[in-house]
Amino acid sequence: MTGSEHVAAPALEMRGITKRYPGVLANDRIDLDVRPGEIHGLLGENGAGKSTLMNILYGLAVPDEGAVLLDGQEVQIDSPADAIRRGISMVHQHFMLVPVLSVADNILLGEETMANAIFLDRTEAHRRIDELAQRFGFEIDPEAPVGSLSVGSQQRVEILKALYREARILVLDEPTAVLTPQETKEIFAVLRRLAQEGHSIVFISHKLYEVLEIADRITVIRRGRVVGTTTPAETDEEQLAEMMVGREVQLTVDRGESSPGEAVLKVDNLVVRNERGRETVHRVSFEVRAGEILGVAGVAGNGQDELVGAITGLRRVASGTVTLGGSDVTGHSPRAMHEAGLAHVPGDRHRFGMVMSFPLTDNLVLTDYYRAPFARGPVRDEAAVAEAAIGLIERFDVRTPSPFAAGSTLSGGNQQKLVVAREFSGDVRLLVLDQPTRGLDVGSIEFIHRQALAKRDGGTAILLVSAELDEVLELSDRIAVMYRGEIVAVVDGRTAVKEDIGLLMATGGRDRDGSPATGPGPASTTGSVA
Amino acid sequence: MDALVMFLYDIPLLGLLFQFGGYVISILPTTGPIFLFAAAPIALGSLCGLMNERSGIVNIGIEGMMLTSAFVSAYAASLMVASGATVGGDAPFGASTPLIVGVLAAMIAGMLVSSLHAWLTITIRTDQIISGTIINITALGLTSYLNQILSKASPPNAGTFQPFIVPADIVELPVIGWFINAILNQRPITLSIIVLVIAMQILLFRSRWGLRTRAVGEHPKAAETVGIDVIRLRYRNVILGGIFAGLAGASLALESAGSFQNNMTVGRGFIALAALIFGRWTPLGAFGAAILFTASEALERSIRFVPPPGQLGEIMIGIPLQVYGALPYLITIVVLAGFVGRSTAPAAVGQPYERERRH
Repeated sequence: MTGSEHVAAPALEMRGITKRYPGVLANDRIDLDVRPGEIHGLLGENGAGKSTLMNILYGLAVPDEGAVLLDGQEVQIDSPADAIRRGISMVHQHFMLVPVLSVADNILLGEETMANAIFLDRTEAHRRIDELAQRFGFEIDPEAPVGSLSVGSQQRVEILKALYREARILVLDEPTAVLTPQETKEIFAVLRRLAQEGHSIVFISHKLYEVLEIADRITVIRRGRVVGTTTPAETDEEQLAEMMVGREVQLTVDRGESSPGEAVLKVDNLVVRNERGRETVHRVSFEVRAGEILGVAGVAGNGQDELVGAITGLRRVASGTVTLGGSDVTGHSPRAMHEAGLAHVPGDRHRFGMVMSFPLTDNLVLTDYYRAPFARGPVRDEAAVAEAAIGLIERFDVRTPSPFAAGSTLSGGNQQKLVVAREFSGDVRLLVLDQPTRGLDVGSIEFIHRQALAKRDGGTAILLVSAELDEVLELSDRIAVMYRGEIVAVVDGRTAVKEDIGLLMATGGRDRDGSPATGPGPASTTGSVA
Repeated sequence: MDALVMFLYDIPLLGLLFQFGGYVISILPTTGPIFLFAAAPIALGSLCGLMNERSGIVNIGIEGMMLTSAFVSAYAASLMVASGATVGGDAPFGASTPLIVGVLAAMIAGMLVSSLHAWLTITIRTDQIISGTIINITALGLTSYLNQILSKASPPNAGTFQPFIVPADIVELPVIGWFINAILNQRPITLSIIVLVIAMQILLFRSRWGLRTRAVGEHPKAAETVGIDVIRLRYRNVILGGIFAGLAGASLALESAGSFQNNMTVGRGFIALAALIFGRWTPLGAFGAAILFTASEALERSIRFVPPPGQLGEIMIGIPLQVYGALPYLITIVVLAGFVGRSTAPAAVGQPYERERRH
């Protein structure tokens, strides 16, 4: 193309990509070019068209118009296998690893090193993996089952997988979403190393400061169009957010002072076991007061799920007590808990927060359908349900064509707003928020954070559990750090330093006083793979 | 020595246990071959299940696949006899043309029924349990009905395969002689199970096919992203798995009974599934489980023919023989109820796979 300043052809160029789905223009003449050795940040809200664009690159979708060029040559990418052959690898947000297989087998899969026509040559494969791992400073045991590794290590396996296939173009989809700050730093070092060696990296993220830190150039997409391409030197978080959303966004909501009242939730010496009978919460005690937000920080799988389950009545308490508003509710049913003033936004909204096939109206009364005004005896009052639902949909700005549409027709952000609408309404004494903004875009996150703070200011006690450390830091009045089933520290939310909390999350703070962390390894990480 | 044995046998209650031990040791040389013979159809059924489940498809239709194959093999062999092929002869294992044709027909029948299962579960994405149930019910009804019609014409009988006779010198070797005999004194399909189980064990864990199959059964999407065609691999595995069910059916019809009888599988396909689970979805494990399940069958036969002497004999003969017949099923129930909690199925088993559609 004339007017191009590049000396060498870009490693990857996507030119005028247009992709229509029924009723949606997912990509509208998108141009993207990635130079050799460049880390290119790709920013956009959910539904902006990032995934469609990357699916086209990875051979999972065919563009209606436009061309993909590799090293200046136009190519037709037919399938993931084809993309891999051409040196394109993708590290998916949800790792594409088989937990029960070893690291080596996961890396080999699909690109097997063979001893003959039938059998694998694992010795040679291990040698190659060791060689690669050494070159990039990874410490990894090729024999270990992937399911036994930490999330950070699993991600390295994904990267090794790409390198094993001699990928020149590496696409990373939200690579830091599940990492601790330390792990993020480590992965950034790896990415810089890869770029130095001439690999081109597309870094997809919604964490603006991370993109600013790691990317050489940044392309922002909104509603299927490129809003602009810029460099970290020329821009800042506020400007990027505005480009992404199309309006000014307040990145950090002003939380104001909290005025905590008496304790609403008291947890005393709580012990909980997981499905396999292993004790994953060890004698945990804490309290949450009215009008404050207690944030629980921790790497996923350190007992948070079990803790939340025990407090909300979804899981059996092995020993210890849970007190809600002065009365002992240990072992009470979720319904009894709800009637005592507990509301719960569950971590997995599709499994526990809503019924995907039910209409919005029914989803909005899931906790109260059995009593007045939604039922008279055994008979439902459809009119009352519809009226309440329409009110909530309006109040919480749930975007839907109809209150009778199925929950599954909503976008992720709107599904979460639906759950929030149900749980935040009414007289709530204790609100348990489990990963309330997982997978949501900045606009929806802002909305939910505002609602949570409004609830706090109205005197509700809030327990916030999140693997997103930034979220915990932003909202919490106090922060409890959970590590291997214990609360290892409780710190003031206003004075907390991110790096300190990150270190506590990763080590439990135990290597400071010299005693090595003992006990079983970090609890199962397979959940993040599923 | 004899005095010691008599002393042990006379201990109240505990003595019975010693008597039982002594009895088992005394009958092993004669019943040994029965263990493998009875276990073979079950182990073959398990291998069929393994091919399915390791790649993520539940197969409770093994029973129906076996029954269909048994029917087809018996009547194919019969048809060959009717059209003038010679029976008997002195080929190894008594392998006459009708019998060989019967086995081949059974394998093809197994693959055809499996193709139906593959199409229903993979392409149509029917509930996999329903598909298996359809196969079981249809197989039972159709084979019984056709058998009723066809057997009226008194079709000629092709007989059965003959066992390999282990030379007497080897059988009489001390300590190991009876064991070699137990393994080798078999008809051909039964004999093949040893090779098949070992081959499958090695292939599953050391070959490219095995790695890909396990990956697809655990996390098909991960397999797809590294370029593996999940749909094709599942089709291939399910259809090839039908060969094992076919062999199991042929073993029942052409090694054991010599003809087709209604519902002649009597639940062996389900026991095969239980053996697969008990054996933790490995060929060797499933084979071991199949041997365990059928040990009681071997016991039943030997009690019928050579009841133990003395006190133990009185008790064992007192128990109706049907109880021994029911033992494999009872063990199956216990295994499925109790031990399975510790045995983990392939993670994606039972979930239809929908490829991300290319637009």
